[in-house]
Amino acid sequence: MNKQTLVVVGNGMAGARAVEEVLARGGSERYRIVMFGDEPYGNYNRIMLSNVLSGVQDTSDIYINPLDWYVENDITLHCGARVTTIDRTARVVTASNGVQERYDVLLIATGSRPFIPPMDNVLDDDGELRRGVFGFRTLDDCNAMMAAAKQSQTAVVLGGGLLGLEAARGLMTHGPTVHVVHLSQHLMNAQLDVEAGGILRRAMEGMGVNIHLGQRTTGVELDEAGAVAGVRLKDGGTIACQMLVIAAGIRPNIEVAQRAGLSVERAIVVDNHMRCLDDRNIFVVGECAQHRGQVYGLVAPLWEQARVFADQVTERNLDSAYHGSKLATKLKVMGVELASMGLTEPQEERDEVIRFAETRSGTYKKLIVRDGRLVGGILMGDISKAAYLMQAFDRDSPLPEERLSLLFDLGTPSQKVTLDEMPAETQVCNCNGVTKGAIGACVAAGKRSGKAVMDATRAGMGCGSCKSLVGEVVEWFCGGTAEEDPSVHYYVPTIPMTKPELVAAVKQHGLRSVSAVFRAFGGSVEDAGAKPALASLLITVWADEYEDERDARFINDRVHANIQKDGTFSVVPEMAGGVTTPADLIRIAQVAQKYNVPLVKLTGGQRIDLVGVAKQDLPKIWSDLGMPSGHAYGKSYRTCKSCIGTEFCRFGLGDSMGLATKIEKRFRGVDSPAKLKLATAGCPRNCSEAMVKDVGAVAIGNDRWEIYIGGAAGAHVRKGDLLCTVEGEDAVMTVTARFMQFYRENAKWKERTYSFIPRLGLERIRAVVVEDSDGIVGALDAAMAKSIAAARDPWREAASPKTANQFADILVPEEVR
Amino acid sequence: MSEAHVIGPLAQIPVGEGRNVVVGDRTLAVFHLHGGDVYATQPTCPHRGGPLADGLTGNGTVMCPLHDRVFDLRTGAGPDCSITVMRVQVRDGVMVLSI
Repeated sequence: MNKQTLVVVGNGMAGARAVEEVLARGGSERYRIVMFGDEPYGNYNRIMLSNVLSGVQDTSDIYINPLDWYVENDITLHCGARVTTIDRTARVVTASNGVQERYDVLLIATGSRPFIPPMDNVLDDDGELRRGVFGFRTLDDCNAMMAAAKQSQTAVVLGGGLLGLEAARGLMTHGPTVHVVHLSQHLMNAQLDVEAGGILRRAMEGMGVNIHLGQRTTGVELDEAGAVAGVRLKDGGTIACQMLVIAAGIRPNIEVAQRAGLSVERAIVVDNHMRCLDDRNIFVVGECAQHRGQVYGLVAPLWEQARVFADQVTERNLDSAYHGSKLATKLKVMGVELASMGLTEPQEERDEVIRFAETRSGTYKKLIVRDGRLVGGILMGDISKAAYLMQAFDRDSPLPEERLSLLFDLGTPSQKVTLDEMPAETQVCNCNGVTKGAIGACVAAGKRSGKAVMDATRAGMGCGSCKSLVGEVVEWFCGGTAEEDPSVHYYVPTIPMTKPELVAAVKQHGLRSVSAVFRAFGGSVEDAGAKPALASLLITVWADEYEDERDARFINDRVHANIQKDGTFSVVPEMAGGVTTPADLIRIAQVAQKYNVPLVKLTGGQRIDLVGVAKQDLPKIWSDLGMPSGHAYGKSYRTCKSCIGTEFCRFGLGDSMGLATKIEKRFRGVDSPAKLKLATAGCPRNCSEAMVKDVGAVAIGNDRWEIYIGGAAGAHVRKGDLLCTVEGEDAVMTVTARFMQFYRENAKWKERTYSFIPRLGLERIRAVVVEDSDGIVGALDAAMAKSIAAARDPWREAASPKTANQFADILVPEEVR
Repeated sequence: MSEAHVIGPLAQIPVGEGRNVVVGDRTLAVFHLHGGDVYATQPTCPHRGGPLADGLTGNGTVMCPLHDRVFDLRTGAGPDCSITVMRVQVRDGVMVLSI
């Protein structure tokens, strides 16, 4: 049978979900699938853009289907192509880039775009949003907003609905002061009543957001250069700002359907099968569809519409029909948890209101009951009853006579009982519509870990808020014997061994190079990401006997400098203990001038950083500096900070500066699983922050030193654990070396000491390193001594490069034919 | 009509690494993989413009050094964006690209 062609206009959440549902029903047997997407990407989870904006997630985390997915499923994707015409007679669609596709079945899933209220200067001469004005809709918007926010002192968000508040929260994390201008008299007026809106307002103001209610913006103010300088309000006031984000609602993208002569009211009108009224071959799902007068802007109705569409076009279930959705949502705004469903105010005389308010703590609960059934509700602060209430609302089920139990758990039943009692048809994941029963079926089919169930059912892959509940339900179905995915313990993903197993195997087989390890254990599959991890392990095991393959190193370790966002590098010469001389400073200054170094910066590790150096200049700069590398780029010993110690300080109890210099000269160039940052402090005032370093030594008088390990003051902040107190600088050096070697041999790739120590336990580490419980300190000392002996100053490669064109930015061939 | 460009001796590029090379009127990143295959790609990552030639290579893949996006050197496919790729022939130790 010849395949028919299904063309999908729109590659957003609706279009891609509809195709997934078609594929799940074996639709690829029947259809060749072609998708058009306006944006030049695979398919991503738009709901998560606010997490990207606030830095909680990276853009790569929010992809639902990467480009591989289209290839694997034989889907032709035209990305960056906006469909401009639908010729219903010829059944051909045409895109802006000229691509044409013929269809047998057409799905319109064009979604919506931000509504831009009329105001002066908001558009530029081309009719596009002016530079500095943003709609918050796409990944590109999000990236542009992040870049602008970093340059802005003040940002204004127009719209105090859900999206506006999420934009405000995200922008704040990038620095600017944020103002929210909202037309209504209270925030989130679609989901909240006046009182709840007031609680939210106070919470947001407490976090430093400025709220302007009942206000309309009439125009954008520009400076002489034409850049955004402020917004003008209806009351005549202005707010000075450098950027404006518009989150004042959405408008369905219906123009292409209108031109094709389809029935369009607020959106494209569909029947219960999600089919257009005028053309049996055209379907519509998502934010551009209007069903029984309703246009939905939330994600849950869309999933249901996609299922009905797929049932119909694959003819798997011709009785399948969409009957509209009741809107209930659970979310977190600026750290305030809330749930909202149905009405926000009573509408009829018979409506009964049950309310509890504790404004001090920000807890607010309000339910609207009609004829013993829930028709509306708002929960803020404490949303523990949300799952039960949302289900009662959705099913229209009768409520208990004792209304108080709707708001509070009286004589609380335990979670266990709740899971036992939870009916199989209860939705666990509301985003993807996965029920407790579906999870049970998946577990029965052999998926016995939370991760496996989530991969198979997509539960937990929407907003992610139900992930722990999904895990609990899987655990419940497994009777407490859920499995852990074993690959989480592998040192690198392609070789099924933990680090100790791999170390033993490498020693046993005498494997001295990364490619030898791939050949022996990796099925010859070379995984780019695993190469530096294996190189680190091998150099720890073999030291000078390691067979160095330069391609296994990350670029930083190939050119001995830290790569920057623009492909240039930073140069940090050694400055042991943060101590320098006028002569060295003059030389550094001369080099910086000679090579036009764009940025000279003091580092947190008490050195000088020359930033923005071209790769080809690195060897010349090193030669001119005539100083050894400061190793400020690798997974290795980095540096040892110090305070002035006894030299000049009137409080100093120990020579922290001298000790730091000794440490640096001894351990420089020693590789490790992650970077090691050290410090020494001359007294417990701790000016060099030794208590938040991977290893820190603090002088306490009478030549005694406290040694702290596992401290951190970066992405994680952790006070170091006191490992032991020792007498004399030599003892500090010995214990430091033993701990570092034990860490080198046992830590996972990129596992910092602040994770390593809690994983093994401080007691265990103290037993091995200080008390020699395992009788291995001699071996640790020998292994460290061997590594130290093998360490070389890599900047000597300036004179003798190790590989062809090691420092070339670009090669120009001699002849071009 | 196809044009053959001589990129230069294969020995210019260490095994497993990449280098930027001027080919005709454009710059390409050229990768010399273990096993001898050679590929040319656009020089920068479509994500944030990272220098692909500085990336780590695997079997038929390159990983951008800035944010670890992995691209297939045979198809150009990446996780959320893709790159232009070209197969390079090696004749008598010289890399030749047909455009």
